Amino acid sequence: MSGPLAVIGVGQSVQAKRREVTIGALVREAVDEALADAELGFGDIDAVVLSKTPDLFDGVMNPELYLADAMGAVGLPVTRVFTGGSVGGHAAIFGAHLVAAGLARRVLVVAYSKESEGNFTWALSRGLPFSSHLGAGAGGHFAPVIREYIRRSGAPEHIGWKVAVNHRHNAARNPYAHIRRADLTVEEVRQSPMLWDPVRYLESCPSSDGSCAIVVTGAELARRAPRPPAWIHGMAWRTETGHFAGRDEVNPQAGRDCAADAYRQAGIADPAREIDVAELYIPYSWYEPMWLENTGLAAEHDGWRLVDADRTAFGGDLPVNPSGGVLSGNPTGATGLLRFAEAALQVRGLAGEHQVPGARRAVGHAMGGASQFHALWVVGSEVPG
Amino acid sequence: MVSFAQSPCVPADREHDMAEIVLPVIREALDACGLTRDDIDFFASGSHDFYEGRTFSYIESLDAVGAWPPISESHVEMDAAWAFAEAWAWLQLGEGQTAMVYGIGRSSLAADLDQILPAQLDPYLLAPLRPHRDALAGLQARALIDAGLLTERQLAEIVSRYKDVAVDKLMDAPHVAAPLRAHDIAPPGDAAAVIVLAAGDTARRLTAHPAWVRGLDHRMETHYPGVRDLTCSPSTRRAGERAAELAGFATADVQVAELHTEYSYQEPLLVAELGLKNAEVNPSGGPLAGWPATATGLIRIGEAARRIMDGTTGRALAHATNGPALQHNLVCLLAAQPRDPGQPRDPGQPRDAAQPPEAAQPREPEQPREPEQPRDAGQPREPGQPCDAAQPRDAAQPRDTAQPPEAAQARDAAPARDAAPARDAGEAR
Repeated sequence: MSGPLAVIGVGQSVQAKRREVTIGALVREAVDEALADAELGFGDIDAVVLSKTPDLFDGVMNPELYLADAMGAVGLPVTRVFTGGSVGGHAAIFGAHLVAAGLARRVLVVAYSKESEGNFTWALSRGLPFSSHLGAGAGGHFAPVIREYIRRSGAPEHIGWKVAVNHRHNAARNPYAHIRRADLTVEEVRQSPMLWDPVRYLESCPSSDGSCAIVVTGAELARRAPRPPAWIHGMAWRTETGHFAGRDEVNPQAGRDCAADAYRQAGIADPAREIDVAELYIPYSWYEPMWLENTGLAAEHDGWRLVDADRTAFGGDLPVNPSGGVLSGNPTGATGLLRFAEAALQVRGLAGEHQVPGARRAVGHAMGGASQFHALWVVGSEVPG
Repeated sequence: MVSFAQSPCVPADREHDMAEIVLPVIREALDACGLTRDDIDFFASGSHDFYEGRTFSYIESLDAVGAWPPISESHVEMDAAWAFAEAWAWLQLGEGQTAMVYGIGRSSLAADLDQILPAQLDPYLLAPLRPHRDALAGLQARALIDAGLLTERQLAEIVSRYKDVAVDKLMDAPHVAAPLRAHDIAPPGDAAAVIVLAAGDTARRLTAHPAWVRGLDHRMETHYPGVRDLTCSPSTRRAGERAAELAGFATADVQVAELHTEYSYQEPLLVAELGLKNAEVNPSGGPLAGWPATATGLIRIGEAARRIMDGTTGRALAHATNGPALQHNLVCLLAAQPRDPGQPRDPGQPRDAAQPPEAAQPREPEQPREPEQPRDAGQPREPGQPCDAAQPRDAAQPRDTAQPPEAAQARDAAPARDAAPARDAGEAR
């Protein structure tokens, strides 16, 4: 790498069913906010990276074309990345690579989804030749994997309910979140309809409209930024193939490798102690203990014990998803970048009401496909090295 | 670039799935440079779900890559030429020595491309108009003809060069999207392409004649055809200029150019914008010989590099495009020699060490970006000239002074003509 890199601007839209705005206007909300945060104009940006989940979700093909104007990308290099739900993380890392490679001084990374203009579960359930047509959507895919986690770890069933409550309580402190429920109780989650055993309705992510944008730059310009930068201490992505019997989807090798690589770059030997806050890609509540273990923040089979002991709740020693996370807002194309951006906000001290006091090092994490695609970065308040 | 392989572009492959199409091509590309999949440090690919009619179609292609143990990998939902750009950027980080880029395109799979391609347009204002797949290209070709930059006969002459059919016979064919005829349009097909990239000494070790990627850039234009001057391609010009800065030689200096021309009319437009002089254009036959959707641009890069790797060419250019009427364009400059033969850049070293200052610092931070300037429609331009040559770049310049006197007179005369009947009408009443 050419030297330290940093995030100097973060923007996001309110996540909700946003039928009152076009896709372009939704994207522009995040772009404007990120540039305002960095006190920059479109003329200061050298390249744009767009993150988006499948185009079949909302029907716009190659949306970088339509969004060129909304992103201020006219006259610039634009790359549209897609690697499943992890795409926001991949886009952030690719943006950082462009700066590290000397090909751009400041990169605007943009992400969005407008789920209300399409049908997510339909798009995910297209019949394929030579495959059984399940029509199960994402939850139907993940439920058996969760059951296997419960079997292996011996976790009690209230863990899932507790995660759902923690994240929705956190979201009540985040004005951008879609589902904000300060009053939610474990009992209400327990009583909510069973969707895909053991996943109940209130343990599931919503389908949201929303956008996110960040500005990534090198050390020299980061030091001149008007607000504190989030310094990138380590970043990695890993992919594993989805179709073979030797794969462990409960604790995927790609996720473990990805986290280990990022921690190595960051000089982190004991992530559970050295990380102050984590924004993890948790679309169903049980993925909190699963990803805590997969990203090295908890020992194998012990992730649920951190939840049970309230250590991952907002006041705990390792708060997970203080923003409310994916369970409280899920514009899929932006969901991964939101995790990366929220981690940056925490170490910049700019997370507002959901700021974790004294957060100095944070993890942003994204995953996609059938847990095949993983991206993770470690950001810090101090210049790395 | 140390290796390039592609499958034959067939009109419709209904025997193989995505992984089956790309796997033999991956094998061929790796065998040619003596590597195995395990030797590759980074993978990048390009494809698009809308041709496949499903979500996550690219996951299927990963079975051909064999992503186990887990790999460092990324994917663009675009033409794989942009995956090539990502891999090229990645190699400059010094985190690895080799990268594989693959592209799969199956234009034939879509039951009706007239339903698919308009989905690229603004979903609120343009897509509901449902222009068919060639409609916007037809408008661009018409704009070029109306501007006196092109004739229908010239289009036929371009096609004649590729297809060995007499110009007059081509002129007899009916229009599909006037002024375009069926033979002016790249035929849909299915193919895969694979390129292996290696850094510095690794490349030298793997092949006697690597094609060095000297410069690469891509640029986007506004989406709205109604506010673009369709008779030029400023994004191609800008990408070419930037690629030339990185490469240390001009686009005019190449001997071979592989252009992503999905329509015949795009060839002279791109040749003019890139300032190509004596370059042989599309010796491969170009996309008019086969358009495998998102593999098409990557194949241009591969075909350009092939002529360096076989020792017949010293400098070559590849172009890729996406979007209606050339909205997004990429230019890649390749050469038989690396930029500085005396001091090959070690990818493990910081970029500044071997890179000229302007490459490491693309732009002064305080300097605002030069706005894309629409060309004044009233301004004459010689055929074969890039838009800029006839266009003042000063936005503050009043419009009238940039116009030739005749145009100004014509505009002045118009109100007088309009006024006369009104007076007459008043007298009659």
